[in-house]
Amino acid sequence: MENGDVMTIVAFLILFPFFAAVVLSQMKKPGKARDIFLYCCSALIIAAVIALTADTLTAGISRSYLIETRIWDRIILAGEFALMVLVFYYGFKFRKYYVVLLSAAQTVPIGWMELSGRSVEGEVHITVDNLTVIMCLVVGVVGSLICIYAVGYLKDYHRHHTEYRDRSPFFLSMLFVFLGAMFGLVFSASLTWMYFFWEITSICSFLLIGYNQSKIAVRNSFRALWMNLLGGLGFALAILYSSLVLHAADIQDLVFLGTAAGSRAVLTPVALLAFAALTKSAQMPFCGWLLGAMVAPTPTSALLHSATMVKAGVYLLIRLSPLLRANVAGMMVTTIGGFTFFAASLLAISQSDGKKVLAYSTVSNLGLITACAGVGMYEAVWAAILLLMFHAVSKSLMFLSVGAVENSTGSRNIEDMHGLIVRLPKLAFVMTVGIFGMFLAPFGMLIAKWAALKAFVDSRSVLLILFLIFGSAATLFYWGKWLGKLVPVIRQSERLPDTVHKDEWTAMWILTALVVLICVLFPLLSTRLVQPELIQMFHIRLSAIIGTEDVRVMIMMLCMIIVLPAVMWVLTSINRKKVVPSYMAGVNEGDDRHFSDSLGQPRQMYLANWYMEDRLGENKILKPSLGISTAGLVILMIVAIGGAL
Amino acid sequence: MAWQRALGVLLFLVCAPFAGGLLGGLDRKLSARLQGRQGPPVLQPFYDVYKLFHKQTIVVNRLQDFLVGGYFIFSIFTGCLFFSGGDLLLAFFALTLAEIFLFMAACSANSPYSSMGAQRELVQIMSYEPMLLLAAIGLYMITGSFFIDQVADRGISAIAFLPGMFFGLVFVFIIKFRKSPFDISASHHAHQEIVKGLTTELSGSELGLVEVAGWYEDVLLLGLLALFILNRNPWSILAGVATGLACYFLLVLVDNLFPRVRWEKMLNWAWAVTLIFGGTNLLVLALVL
Amino acid sequence: MKLSKSPWVLHYDGSSCNGCDLEILDSTTPVYDVERFGVVNTGNPKHADIFLITGGINAQNAPVVKQLYSQMPDPKVVVAVGICACDGGVFKDCYNILGGVNKVIPVDIYVPGCAVKPEAVIDGLRKAAELLDQKQKQMKKKRAAARKEG
Repeated sequence: MENGDVMTIVAFLILFPFFAAVVLSQMKKPGKARDIFLYCCSALIIAAVIALTADTLTAGISRSYLIETRIWDRIILAGEFALMVLVFYYGFKFRKYYVVLLSAAQTVPIGWMELSGRSVEGEVHITVDNLTVIMCLVVGVVGSLICIYAVGYLKDYHRHHTEYRDRSPFFLSMLFVFLGAMFGLVFSASLTWMYFFWEITSICSFLLIGYNQSKIAVRNSFRALWMNLLGGLGFALAILYSSLVLHAADIQDLVFLGTAAGSRAVLTPVALLAFAALTKSAQMPFCGWLLGAMVAPTPTSALLHSATMVKAGVYLLIRLSPLLRANVAGMMVTTIGGFTFFAASLLAISQSDGKKVLAYSTVSNLGLITACAGVGMYEAVWAAILLLMFHAVSKSLMFLSVGAVENSTGSRNIEDMHGLIVRLPKLAFVMTVGIFGMFLAPFGMLIAKWAALKAFVDSRSVLLILFLIFGSAATLFYWGKWLGKLVPVIRQSERLPDTVHKDEWTAMWILTALVVLICVLFPLLSTRLVQPELIQMFHIRLSAIIGTEDVRVMIMMLCMIIVLPAVMWVLTSINRKKVVPSYMAGVNEGDDRHFSDSLGQPRQMYLANWYMEDRLGENKILKPSLGISTAGLVILMIVAIGGAL
Repeated sequence: MAWQRALGVLLFLVCAPFAGGLLGGLDRKLSARLQGRQGPPVLQPFYDVYKLFHKQTIVVNRLQDFLVGGYFIFSIFTGCLFFSGGDLLLAFFALTLAEIFLFMAACSANSPYSSMGAQRELVQIMSYEPMLLLAAIGLYMITGSFFIDQVADRGISAIAFLPGMFFGLVFVFIIKFRKSPFDISASHHAHQEIVKGLTTELSGSELGLVEVAGWYEDVLLLGLLALFILNRNPWSILAGVATGLACYFLLVLVDNLFPRVRWEKMLNWAWAVTLIFGGTNLLVLALVL
Repeated sequence: MKLSKSPWVLHYDGSSCNGCDLEILDSTTPVYDVERFGVVNTGNPKHADIFLITGGINAQNAPVVKQLYSQMPDPKVVVAVGICACDGGVFKDCYNILGGVNKVIPVDIYVPGCAVKPEAVIDGLRKAAELLDQKQKQMKKKRAAARKEG
């Protein structure tokens, strides 16, 4: 494909979602027309992403573009001021003046820098390399599927929550604005452009969290806003420093300065950018905003807060990873990441709200990706990229299925999902695949965690190894618990009617297939997509981290898992077995749910999971974790920046 | 090399159930003698399993068969992977998968005792998993590979470099072998506070499968202990087997000496031992190697 | 190999004074050691072959005994331990006691005594184990006959 064609796809991917958003916001009337328009937009985006992937795979080189940027720079500057005005409006409306301050503190200096002509004219503004393509696949495919899901989900959401004003056109258009911003972010090579799209995603998150305009939603949306704006401030400071002092305009310049030119001053912007990434990816001590963001409708949680927006932070870290090796900034990133992985895994154990468990799990997995990126070596970054991909697919599937269960049963509490395999078998199956995909061999997340472990061992990071093994054990506990709640076969349970919309099912089934598919295809993904990228980043070539023999064994395991149910089904239908009630010391009332108490009256039996609140509850370990991570972050930031200055 | 692997797998498949069953019988005999009793015949586990397969199988639901079958197949698969000289870490992950199948089988019954046993089983897995991973990491650090045939082919036995890891592993094997003081989820003893825990709702041939899978797993675990002793010298195989048996009988002794503890203690002690013995060993290796 | 080599026991106290129960417990202790015959006290009907009951049957435990019996897989043997389990014993004329265990489930072996001696318990268990073998042979014959017809 010609360079021009690739640039067309890039422009399409960045600009078309904004156009779609504007159209959707005007389609006020709910109906088939709006739905079909959305489906078509999503399909177009997916097609474009696939075309880009195919082209990059065949062409095999990364491409960078310098385009005539004066106009675009002005447009972006205007956009930044527009965002600041928006923040001012909401800040004053809800009397949260700190966001006003934060927004002004970053936009004004950037504006001054641009307008007074002190900004640096970079070499390139748009990059299309393998990492970009990977992120595009994640954003484009997973994101579009979530948008399709959102159509059906919102209908049920508003049917159940008549107390919230129906602003569906706004919601759906914001989803597309967000997609456009994410595409812009991953295609940007220039720091200022990336910063602009970064801020758009923060604002999108803010607006979407506050969607239902309840008190708690407003409060949580402002928490997300100030934390993300704080990160944005770090980003802005990094841009100021690198433009004014280092005369570097884009990330590639910084990487070159830091690695080939060996400049130590580059550590300052790197530390600041890392700080921004840590806030965006909700690492400790900033995990609070992600937890609070769970009040938003499920498509928001799936799209922004697990699959894509929070991946922007770790994406930035992966881009910076050659600069993070063996220095204080890298140490900051790995320590915070590793600690977050461990602490968030422990916290997830004590939660029974499904979305909160998923939120803590997201924070924890992002911590692992962060730690891998921070190690700054080939193997670790390989693990980071794989984790990113696998996590996006599995976690979004989990969020979508939890949302569907919430709409069908009215609750997203794991305790209420007891026996779901009989009540809502298809949803329970989808959820089971999602959970398997999150922590069990031979599925993706396990593979990536395995690679991370190997990378940590090879880089002799003892602390990270310990964080990983203990956090891994905790991870197994909370996922296993959830799995255990789905499988009880309760006698004579009523199967609930399937009220899940076709578009919701489409999204979920495709994601389920993807979970299995990318597990099977990961060697291909690794050799064609990931490894070339890493060779370019680190200038070395390493053999496959997970060897062919291991891959063969894992494929065997996958086949066994798939074939096993069929075999057992055949075997058991030959041999009819007697079904009896469960054992309740002889006083089972006969329905497996009630037992006779000592006065002969039926009493309901209730089986609960273990939450260990008195040891691992939020009120026990959240504050200490936040305290430790704040202290660690502040100290390491000071050392990193102070040492470089 | 390929024929060696095939031989390993075949030997494991055929001999492990007999070895495992015999170990179980010796365990009961030794425990009885320690208590001043005569004890059952050494072949008792085989009589038990024979009886189980000839009883009517009653189930609580239709899902159990699939899940117990999954546990059985993946336990054997893990052992085959181990004894064919494969990747140790992958073997551990496969073992975890097998455990999860058993856990799901217990949960699917929706019975109070079964569910209690299942939750406790999950806490058990959480307790011993860090040490297992750490042991694999230790072996990798001194060998440069996770592959068991390479670990077994070293010049000096691994235990010379990994004494802390070995000790930690033996400690968490108290949990793995379901021995007092850490047999909180399912026990062969007469403690019946949660009736039979995990296996409460399994009977007949299903229970028989669980028993036999347990034998395969026991042989696998002892093989892991022996791995620390194996080196290029063929006599080390004998030493390895002897060490495995010695550790097993140490565990039987511990089983008879200590009463069961609460799950909090089990978790605390397991993680503490992992951190102190395994973690220190790891630190020393990282600094020295 | 025979089923009688591995008789697993479910021990249930219907309304016993615990005298017989303690003697059953004694039979597992070092002097009597019933485990040398492969007997294991599982508390679980689904694992058990022999149902060891002490104490008489009253209105409250009748459904419990029936349920426990129904949850045991075939072949199974019921052993009534102590005279209260055999026919109600000293309490036979009380208004709450319906009688011995055979009022609710079929009993195969009766071990009278008050309290039963551990040796008698062991003897009863040995006979029950032999009965298990016989029942298994009958089960096999029935299954073969059913297969021929079906």
